[in-house]
Amino acid sequence: MLQEILISGFGGQGVLSMGKILAYSGIMEDKEVSWMPAYGPEQRGGTANVTVIISDQPISSPIVSQFDVAIVLNQPSLDKFEDKVKPGGILIYDGYGIHQPPTRKDIDVYKIDAMDESMKMSNTKVFNMIVLGGLLKVSPMVKLENVMKGLKKSLPERYHNTLPLNEQAILRGMEIIQLERKAE
Amino acid sequence: MSQEISLMKGNEAIAHAAIRYGVDGYFGYPITPQSEIIETLMDAAPWKTTGMVVLQAESETASINMVYGGASCGKYVMTSSSSPGISLMQEGISYLAGAELPCLLVNVQRGGPGLGTIQPSQADYFQTVKGGGHGDYRLITLAPNSVQEMADFVSLGFELAFKYRNPAMILTDGVIGQMMEKVRLPEYRRRRTEQEIRKQCPWATLGKTPDREPNIITSLELDPEIQEQNNIRFQNKYREVEKNEVRYEEIKCDDADYIFVAFGSASRICQRAIDLAREEGYKVGMIRPITLWPYPYDIINRYADKVKGFLTVEMNAGQMVEDVRLAVNGKTKVEYFGRMGGIVPGPDEALAALKEKIINA
Repeated sequence: MLQEILISGFGGQGVLSMGKILAYSGIMEDKEVSWMPAYGPEQRGGTANVTVIISDQPISSPIVSQFDVAIVLNQPSLDKFEDKVKPGGILIYDGYGIHQPPTRKDIDVYKIDAMDESMKMSNTKVFNMIVLGGLLKVSPMVKLENVMKGLKKSLPERYHNTLPLNEQAILRGMEIIQLERKAE
Repeated sequence: MSQEISLMKGNEAIAHAAIRYGVDGYFGYPITPQSEIIETLMDAAPWKTTGMVVLQAESETASINMVYGGASCGKYVMTSSSSPGISLMQEGISYLAGAELPCLLVNVQRGGPGLGTIQPSQADYFQTVKGGGHGDYRLITLAPNSVQEMADFVSLGFELAFKYRNPAMILTDGVIGQMMEKVRLPEYRRRRTEQEIRKQCPWATLGKTPDREPNIITSLELDPEIQEQNNIRFQNKYREVEKNEVRYEEIKCDDADYIFVAFGSASRICQRAIDLAREEGYKVGMIRPITLWPYPYDIINRYADKVKGFLTVEMNAGQMVEDVRLAVNGKTKVEYFGRMGGIVPGPDEALAALKEKIINA
């Protein structure tokens, strides 16, 4: 198993921490993982992205040119990364920030209205966990119980009271993700 | 080695490994992409536990001279910075080498020249292994290519530095510094007592004892006859290092027709390019120098008789390729591929370059 995942959005959307939780979840399943962020000034408001790799084998390059899954959470991210999804791969986008939806026909395109949903849950901080739930639904690369273990490990103890809320958000994400177009 | 697996950045691994190794002092000044080293140290507050000093100096120049002071006393001292900051330290590094002071330096490289970019680069290869500061000196240079090696090379760096009384440098970049991977940290070691330091470093300026003459640490010698003898002693030491301490990794070289030569993050990219190449039926391997000085000339030279060509992959304008050409000495083709300015090439680019410049050339 080798999954090369890109997560990209605005700085502050929880892109990097979502990647970290995914990587921790991989460790909980005894997998090899790498987490490579774009560490530029993007962290402070522009676009932020992270490459997470989960594998049964030692990971060679933490930098890859094409991805099995791309999660894009704003228009600049979609514009930049739509072409970088491997043919037959998966693209997940949040409807909120995207005005020009993806056009590729050779990949599975999923839409998740995570921003709207997080507002309904009155907590925009769980936005990234809703997206993570959507990812796990369409590409179950790690088990939910291990995600929860990973979440516990990556969250400082003072936030452990938010674990149930996070789990709820992940489950909600699994429900609301929609297949928009199957690869032809 | 601790059994516990952690997920952390390369920079963080260096900080934790330093505390665990029993380092006496860290002196540094923040700069992207290595600020997590001093941040992690400040957060861990080892002065409360092991007694390690962590100090944010007023500048890189101050940091390196604090290292000089600590190293003169035989202490395990270190600093870290990124390319522009390391440039500021070059005078101090030359003095450390001239005074034969062991210490650990870390350069998490970013793109230059000048302030350049904060993105990853390997453009300080020349500066590190061919000089940087003035005078005939050498820096023991280690090039980690994983977060685990970032942790492991702290102890290796100090061991080599103290074995040869010479500064050692971990030469890494923004990729390895910023990425998170699994890592097993080394076990805690107690810091050495003053008595242990006096025994290990009889040259240290820890205060004169009645049974010996005063120790003097200096790089100044106005008598050229004596200074030449000093230089000869340094050179003999460097030949010893070259004889004993060359480290490298061979990957799939046994049956290879073509060999990548790459260090640090570029070697990780090439590892993937090798898999892609072999899927297409090309027999490709890699020699990964782990020590950049001393450089693994011999192993490259031995393969030069067997293979159809070498390609160096570097995040610079082609620096290490000169050492590979020296090693190959005209026996076969040697070309370079790289990106500059903070751009990290992908494995597919490395493979495309191998085909264009070596296989189909």
